[in-house]
Amino acid sequence: MDFRALIIILLSAVLVNNYVLRQFLGICPFLGVSKELGSATGMSIAVIFVMLMATAVTWPLQMYLLVPNGLGYLQTIVFILVIAALVQLVEIALKKYIPALYSALGVYLPLITTNCAVLGVTIANINKEYGFAESLVNAFGSGLGFFLAMVIFSGVRGRTEDSEPPEAFRGLPITLISAAILSLSFFGFNGVIENLFG
Amino acid sequence: MGKLSELTKGLIKENPVLVLVLGTCPTLAISTQASSAIGMGLAATAVLLGSNVAISLLRNVIPDKVRIPCFIVLIAGFVTVVQMIVEAYSYTLFQALGIYLPLIVVNCIILGRAEMFASKNGVAASALDAVGMGLGFTLTLFVMATIREALGNGTWMGMEIPGLSGNGVSVLTMAPGGFIVFGCMIALVNQIKKKGGAAVDTENAGCAGCPSATACGKQEARS
Repeated sequence: MDFRALIIILLSAVLVNNYVLRQFLGICPFLGVSKELGSATGMSIAVIFVMLMATAVTWPLQMYLLVPNGLGYLQTIVFILVIAALVQLVEIALKKYIPALYSALGVYLPLITTNCAVLGVTIANINKEYGFAESLVNAFGSGLGFFLAMVIFSGVRGRTEDSEPPEAFRGLPITLISAAILSLSFFGFNGVIENLFG
Repeated sequence: MGKLSELTKGLIKENPVLVLVLGTCPTLAISTQASSAIGMGLAATAVLLGSNVAISLLRNVIPDKVRIPCFIVLIAGFVTVVQMIVEAYSYTLFQALGIYLPLIVVNCIILGRAEMFASKNGVAASALDAVGMGLGFTLTLFVMATIREALGNGTWMGMEIPGLSGNGVSVLTMAPGGFIVFGCMIALVNQIKKKGGAAVDTENAGCAGCPSATACGKQEARS
């Protein structure tokens, strides 16, 4: 495992296999919290944070506790519990020690438990048989990809909210259509990794 | 409200995907093939039925303060059971669903029904509600997958459609197609609702079950 492999994992997680736009994970916050740039960034930073923490805890749990004891089938239950507990802990710790950060991220933390991108990234790391460092890089890249999609889309949302589509398309439908165009534009990154590192 | 309407409301009037807009992730991801869409829908229905019945039975035992973690653990248990059954009896489906099978745990429809319905209603009503909502989810996934598979790939349930096969608009089977078809289907439902004048409080019904409601801004906008 060399540095180059890690860079490839990072870039493909951010651009090519973007969780929101290519793999449809974390759509609820993507549609719900992307109305303003401020809340979009807050939510995304909280997601990156929890994804990294969750991967750092679940990977060793799976490799050193569940698999050696033949308990691999408990993966789903253990992972969701870890994420739920972790989110609570992070919330309490931030409240106590870094109140400034808590007031910025506090609202978004409880929502992350049910964000499928977080559970998704921890399971994907195991399924892809990544090592510990690779898993952390993949988690960070996936979070960064979520951040990128949220920030770009909050800019797009600003425009669609002001536009006047046909009445039936107002609200969610026009948002989904603009998400489709954004997703289409990410096709431009296909093959970028192969060309850069191939 | 009669027993039958608990069952039928999930199909159209309170369709979990198109009207309440819950569970969008699997809807977008698994709707590229009609056969795996049915598999996903039935798997989610089974989990929903199990969790709704269990939560309804335990609704007086679970302390109110820790109910969400309790619900999640119960749901995760049922998901694990369904995961094992699917892996044992239909390995191709297991592979087609991939990561989205364990992700049923965080499907908002299931937590939403637990929070909004099963924790307040009896066992029979909760079971009917689960079946109705599950069938509504399955039906929507199936319709969407049919559109995407037929127009995008020229096939339906794996069979070639004469005239369409070879002329597929392949973008429909890829990520952007999911967003477009889903957007158009919601627009269609909006149009039908406007004409029919159905007076379902969708904003309330959808938001109460969605854990993101506090942050998505709809609540402040209403109050």
